[in-house]
Amino acid sequence: MLRDPRMRQVIGACVTLGFAVGVFAITFGVSAVSAGASVAQACTMSLLVFTGASQFSAISVIGSGGSAASAFGGAAVLAARNGVYGLAMSPHLRGSLGTRLVAAQLTIDESTAMAVAQDDPEHRRAAFWVTGASVYVFWNAGTLIGALLGSAVDPAKFGLDAAFPAAFVAILFPLLRDRVPRRAAVTGAVVCLALIPFAPVGVPILCATVGVLFGLPAPADDADPAVAR
Amino acid sequence: MSWTLVFVLAGTAYLFKVLGLVVIGDRVLPPVLSRCLALIPAALLAAIVVKDTFSTGQDLVLDARALGVGAAALAAWRKVPLIGVIVIGAVVTAAVRALA
Repeated sequence: MLRDPRMRQVIGACVTLGFAVGVFAITFGVSAVSAGASVAQACTMSLLVFTGASQFSAISVIGSGGSAASAFGGAAVLAARNGVYGLAMSPHLRGSLGTRLVAAQLTIDESTAMAVAQDDPEHRRAAFWVTGASVYVFWNAGTLIGALLGSAVDPAKFGLDAAFPAAFVAILFPLLRDRVPRRAAVTGAVVCLALIPFAPVGVPILCATVGVLFGLPAPADDADPAVAR
Repeated sequence: MSWTLVFVLAGTAYLFKVLGLVVIGDRVLPPVLSRCLALIPAALLAAIVVKDTFSTGQDLVLDARALGVGAAALAAWRKVPLIGVIVIGAVVTAAVRALA
C-alpha cells in the first residue's frame, strides 16, 4: 500500500493536519481550564465528545457565565453536523458494525474533509481513517498539555482567545464560495450579533440556525449550478 | 463546570455521529432536508466567529480580537493553511493588545 506514491502523499497530508489540530487542542485545554473546567473534565471532553467546535462552544458559554443548558444546546446543534458528515461518509465506510461504531467517533470536520477530497475509493478510506486517528491522538495529547499549562498561562496574553474564531474563519472560507451557503453564513452572523445583547449567552448561536432555511427552495430555481451539490 | 454537562454532551455528540453513519446510513433523505442540513456548518461557524470576535458575555465589544480575526480572514482568503491562519489570528491579537 505504501508503495503507491499518491497514498504516501495522502497519508502525509492527513498526519500533518492531525498535528496542526493538536496544536489547536492546546488552546482548547488552556481555554477549558480558564473557563472553570478541571484538567480531568477537559481531557474527558476531548476523549469522549471529540468534536472541537462543540467542545469550544460549550466552554465558551460556561466561561462567559451561561447556564449548562445553553452551553449544551449550542454544542449539541454543532455536534449535529457530524451526523450529516456520517451520511456523506457512509457509502465509503462499509464494514462490520464494530468498525462502523469506531468510525462514527472519528466522523468530524477534518476526517470528512480529507476523505471527500480524494478521488479514489481506497485513498478516500485511508484519508478518513488516518486523519481520524491522527486527529484523535493529537487532539487528546494537545488538550492534556493545554489543560496542565492552563493556570500558568493567560490565554489573552498570547491572543489564544482569538485562535478559535481564527480557526473557524479558515474552515468557513471555502464554504463561502457558493451563493446559498454564503447567504446562510451572513444570516447566521447577523442574527447572532443582533441577539447577543438581549438573549442569554449561547442562545444567539442556536438562533443562527435559521440560516439553514436558505436550503428550502429547490436549487433548480437557482441560476448557480454550484449550489446543487 | 459540571460532569453532567460533559457526559450528556459526550452521549449526544456520539449519538449524532452514529445516527448519520450507522443508523440512517446511505438511506436517502428528502432532498429539502439534506439541503438544509448541509447549510448548518456555514450558518453556525459564521455565528460563532462573530460571537467570539465581537462579544464578551452579553456585551458587544470592539477590541484587539477584531484585528486578529480580520488578519486571519485575510490569510484564509489567501489560502494560508489552517495552522498558519490560527497563528496569525493569535499573534496579531496579542501584538495589538501588547501595543495598546
